[in-house]
Amino acid sequence: MQISGAQMVIEALIAEGVDTVFGYPGGAIMNVYDEIYKQDKFHHILTRHEQAAVHAAEGYAKVSAKVGVAMITSGPGFTNAVTGLADAYMDSIPLVVISGQVPMTLIGTDAFQEIDAVGISRSCTKHNYLVTDAADLPRILKEAFYIARSGRPGPVHVDIPKDVTAQIATFDYDIALDLETYKPHTKGNPRQIKKAMQAIADAKRPLFYLGGGIINANAADEVRELVHTTGIPAVETFMARGTLEHNDALLIGMVGMHGSYAANMAMSETDIIIALGARFDDRVTGKLSEFAKNATVIHVDIDPASISKLVNANFPIVGDIKSVVKDMLAQSSVIDAQNYEQWRETIVNFNELHPLTYYEDSERLKPQWVIERVGALLGDNANISTDVGQHQMWTAQFYPFSRPRQFVSSGGLGTMGFGFPAAIGVKAAAPEKTSINFTGDGSILMNCQELMTAVEKKLPVINIILNNNFLGMVRQWQTLFYDDRHAETDLSVQPDFIKLAEAFGGVGYRVTTKEEFDAALEDAIKKDVVAFIEVKVERFENVMPMVPSGGSLFNMMLLEKKESK
Amino acid sequence: MSDSSARRVVSVIVVNEASVLSRITDLFSGRGYNITSLTVAPIPESRYSRLTIVTSGSVRVIEQITKQLHKLIPVLRVYEHEDMVEKEMALIKFPITENLSDINTLCESYNGKIVNVGENVVIAMVADEPKRIDNFLCAIKRYNPKEIVRSGSVALER
Repeated sequence: MQISGAQMVIEALIAEGVDTVFGYPGGAIMNVYDEIYKQDKFHHILTRHEQAAVHAAEGYAKVSAKVGVAMITSGPGFTNAVTGLADAYMDSIPLVVISGQVPMTLIGTDAFQEIDAVGISRSCTKHNYLVTDAADLPRILKEAFYIARSGRPGPVHVDIPKDVTAQIATFDYDIALDLETYKPHTKGNPRQIKKAMQAIADAKRPLFYLGGGIINANAADEVRELVHTTGIPAVETFMARGTLEHNDALLIGMVGMHGSYAANMAMSETDIIIALGARFDDRVTGKLSEFAKNATVIHVDIDPASISKLVNANFPIVGDIKSVVKDMLAQSSVIDAQNYEQWRETIVNFNELHPLTYYEDSERLKPQWVIERVGALLGDNANISTDVGQHQMWTAQFYPFSRPRQFVSSGGLGTMGFGFPAAIGVKAAAPEKTSINFTGDGSILMNCQELMTAVEKKLPVINIILNNNFLGMVRQWQTLFYDDRHAETDLSVQPDFIKLAEAFGGVGYRVTTKEEFDAALEDAIKKDVVAFIEVKVERFENVMPMVPSGGSLFNMMLLEKKESK
Repeated sequence: MSDSSARRVVSVIVVNEASVLSRITDLFSGRGYNITSLTVAPIPESRYSRLTIVTSGSVRVIEQITKQLHKLIPVLRVYEHEDMVEKEMALIKFPITENLSDINTLCESYNGKIVNVGENVVIAMVADEPKRIDNFLCAIKRYNPKEIVRSGSVALER
């Protein structure tokens, strides 16, 4: 079939089963947008900023377990999208991002809206391409989708000069991929798995350290079975929330800087860590030299470079989590769950000593209450996204997650402004669930223009703004480590969030009491339109427990104990 | 030499395509690794090129470099050399008034010779192990070399 480069893009997206594309048109990508206009096989959602297009594609990818697609133009269109690419790269989210580029004849001349896009995206994508001939497009797009979703997933950027999108060439998408240099290793070494299982059987205080790789690998069912069969307690990373159900007796809680006391103590006292799709991030380990000092480490990961990068693995196992966990399950009879009874009791005691909690000791609502309340009212019926800051940590601590892919948040890059556009992508992928974005008064302003997208495309995301009139997490650090000098973190001057939502055709609420909150949430769900629920919360609440940056995991700042909750 | 600054030679086989060299050098700069020297050339009759990178770092750093290089999509293979034959070359320009037979004799013991003679200068070439090239460059100082060009290493595992 002889078609233009622009038509090839459309045909490739259709062949890949893409049903939604997020994007923003502009000069260099117009040929492709002209073909989008002519087709009816997939949806295009026009965001109001290129960064939001990529975050929406991330949210979509995370919830749908498919490759997210975003499309942007050259120059500023592309540079606006870079934060999204970097975010997806850090959190291993499969994306294909297609950008327009100035015509080949103008590349290198400092043409209007020209930037060396592949030069910029090289360090924040899994792979990238500059297409120089339309004849290469079918192969490149097919490779792009394959690379994005296979192995350790990640974003792939395809930059297409405008004249290439106009060029006519042969389109055949039925080609076999020939990637001699890229062959992800999916099957774990059986001898290593056998040795690892024996090491677990010989241990007294084993611990599962569950990471986001489990969710990427769609392996939560297998992991749940392995945890339950072996009776070994588990901690989850921020990225792994929802792997185990929140009320699972073997789930100790989240580990790391704002992990629970019991989870961090378990990590410090374990004698064998079974890391599944986790990467020993600095926010998890705290001070490395003090981290899990007496533990042997089994590390299962699809990415060999993640193994022994920060913490030496005694049993490195490169492979797909799902496949490796199945192999572990097949040998789980060597493990006797009875052996860990005392260890489980120790953990229960840790939890009783310093449970994850908060006190309702202020006039204003506590942010944690709001999150727990949404959890109690919506639970499994909502997909949850967040922005970045205190509200993000409280959500990870207090929302009762019950399934993988329920929680979408910017973990690695920590991108403020991620939550709202991501929630739009989440809603597009799962319209049957309520899409809640927990956000802060700082973060929400970083992509609030997406109200327009949500209104236009009828994607009724509910943004719950936990408003403490502060850039809360930075304020918390200022309080704890900078003698309470609030350098540029006081956000007393704010927009009227109700009017802001209404200006775009959404609905807004301002609540100060529990009753008002319940009524607002109920009304927002009923109105079925994008909403801002501004909750006036306690200004000086801190996220606790906390491992100070660079401190040892077992050396936590804890919530001061009080009489009642 | 302490372990943390140990010299290592890594060979990387990559698809010979646009921007592949940037992918490699970006990885080194982005992750804070050093490149002491770098040699790149296409492998005859194939779609691949071979890079020889001289770097330094602890065992763990080198292991990370190797793994991160492998992660790049166009990288076919990475060799961390243990037991290798390694050569560098150097071109040196001398004034023609220097003792040319001494220079030529010196060059010969480093697998080289005078390769070009001009009106005012001669150019000599040597090819040897990096350490020996160091020694050579030290020894010829007395002949007032006007310009020295040193290549990166190439290495083959024995």
